[in-house]
Amino acid sequence: MTTDAAVPSTPVVLTRKIESELMKSRVASAMWFLIPMLAALAVVAGWPLLRTIYFSFTNASLTDLYGAEFVGFKNYLSWTTLKSGRTIFSGLLVDPAWWNAVWNTVRFAVVSVSLETVIGMIVALVLNAEFKGRGIVRAAILIPWAIPTIVSAKMWSWMLNDQFGIINDLFLNLGLISQKIAWTASVDTAMTAVLIVDIWKTTPFMALLILAGLQMVPKDVYEAARIDGVHPVKVFFRVTLPLVQPALMVAVIFRLLDAMRIFDLIYVLTPNSSATKTMSVISRENLFDFDKFAYGSAQSTLLFLIIAVMTALYIWLGKVRFDGGDR
Amino acid sequence: MAHIELKNIRKSFGLVDVIKGVDLDIRSGEFMVLVGPSGCGKSTLLRLMAGLEDITSGEMLFDGQLVNALAPSRRGIAMVFQSYALYPHMTVYENMAFGMQLAKSGPEAIKQRVHQAAEMLQITPYLERLPKQLSGGQRQRVAIGRAIVRDPKVFLFDEPLSNLDAALRVATRLEIAKLHHQMHTATMVYVTHDQVEAMTLADRICVLRDGLVEQVGTPLELYENPQSLFVAGFIGSPKMNFLNGEIASKWGASTIGIRSEHIEIGERDGAWKGSVVHSENLGSDSYVYVDIGGDEPVIVREEGTSHHKPGDAIAIAPFPDKVHRFDKSGKPMQR
Repeated sequence: MTTDAAVPSTPVVLTRKIESELMKSRVASAMWFLIPMLAALAVVAGWPLLRTIYFSFTNASLTDLYGAEFVGFKNYLSWTTLKSGRTIFSGLLVDPAWWNAVWNTVRFAVVSVSLETVIGMIVALVLNAEFKGRGIVRAAILIPWAIPTIVSAKMWSWMLNDQFGIINDLFLNLGLISQKIAWTASVDTAMTAVLIVDIWKTTPFMALLILAGLQMVPKDVYEAARIDGVHPVKVFFRVTLPLVQPALMVAVIFRLLDAMRIFDLIYVLTPNSSATKTMSVISRENLFDFDKFAYGSAQSTLLFLIIAVMTALYIWLGKVRFDGGDR
Repeated sequence: MAHIELKNIRKSFGLVDVIKGVDLDIRSGEFMVLVGPSGCGKSTLLRLMAGLEDITSGEMLFDGQLVNALAPSRRGIAMVFQSYALYPHMTVYENMAFGMQLAKSGPEAIKQRVHQAAEMLQITPYLERLPKQLSGGQRQRVAIGRAIVRDPKVFLFDEPLSNLDAALRVATRLEIAKLHHQMHTATMVYVTHDQVEAMTLADRICVLRDGLVEQVGTPLELYENPQSLFVAGFIGSPKMNFLNGEIASKWGASTIGIRSEHIEIGERDGAWKGSVVHSENLGSDSYVYVDIGGDEPVIVREEGTSHHKPGDAIAIAPFPDKVHRFDKSGKPMQR
């Protein structure tokens, strides 16, 4: 999978005319510093991306990668007209399983990132206040994020287990549910289960990024607001939020990119559930499990395009500035 | 219009006592400057008046009403911060109007008040700009404008000129002095470490040292009758010359102090002999540093340009009636 390449690196274009010797030598040294990174990116991101795009236009299979033949857009869309005059479309663009995965991914990304932003903001505001033991709490809150996803997914899958899981036991004893729920297996609850685990895991990351933004807000502005007699809730919406907005927008885009290509959590927690199958999961399935390598490549390519377009839209519509905004 | 009374005000942060029992009476409409070296608690005292910090013990009265527990916004104050504390994401107009908007004033009233204040401070052309598009001096004027718009009974200034360069500092100082004349009913409390600001702006100065009031008085009172060595050394530029040891005992004191303009160059009775260490020519006058055997050279002010070169032998004589005598505890003795 080549989704990592979907992060659009801000192009370093020197449109200004190089005026002086000094400028020339600066550009030269900048180039030397950039070359290793560009080379590494080309090898680990650029090349796989190009290969994947290429395979998506062939009939490659895992058993015969090098004997692949070019088939044009057949993997994406093809049609045959029957004698009866009926046209049958086939290919990725009309594959309901694919569009189900796209819908799952978008739904997951939007819901998880929204909730993580709100909860992360609350956590960040709490951590920004002065209280005893703040350092320990700050470190402790990072634990869910520090645990490898596979480990936390497995842990949650045991906790959510329909037979022996602690959550069912807890809810039953509390009288919240009348019978045990197969959280990860049931179509109705699978997505909720995935969302809960993802929010639990990534809210700390969000909180930390927002906290960094909060600490940039000068303290005296809050004092000015106190003298102006601004209600704390209004201070948050009229002063704090606009001031952390640049940091918040960047944090959201990081998370959105991450959420759009979610794979490991779902792969471990709810394997083979059509309710949670995302673009990454389905394309891996085609690439390796079903031996439809070309078709999987087409899905990967489309996944890349969708993320790229969404990111570009977000940056453009949200006027995101990666310098964190100046003040 | 507010009369501020501080009665045995104390403030400690944890175990550290910052304000150690301050009694102070700030009259209505007065320009009071709190001055002192850094760490003397002057900013803390101002923040206690603002209500930004809680008072540990003592009573703070505004017009006879106890305000110890009153929220800053309900004390009828406005504060100008050293760092301006403008809302970075709001235009100058919005910065000035924000408080009134939240108080649900009518848009016409807001507009009128903001424009009036802007006119007063000559910031009308910048009303639509963001703070980051303004220079330091302009930002501080906006901060003052925001304070004016609140129409407070008390203005609190926390070292408002410290972040400005020398020329702007003088210009903005003038601006604040003008403001005081125009709004003569408002009480102003101004914190600074710069005694020149204190001398030029204040109706009365309160010199603070180590969390305690050292002396309160008009600038001239402090200059002419300092009630301690500390005040004598703190007020006035250049610093008052202090001499002790044998020279002081001739005057029957533990330490004597004499200002540079109260010393004459020339041979006469009781003159001190010494040699020139250095001389500074400022154009209109000059300062001659003379070593007469004390710990530090004596600074002598001379009209016009000085022609004394380092190493020149020289005799200097203090005006006897201008000599300040201090006893061992640093308290002044009868002249």
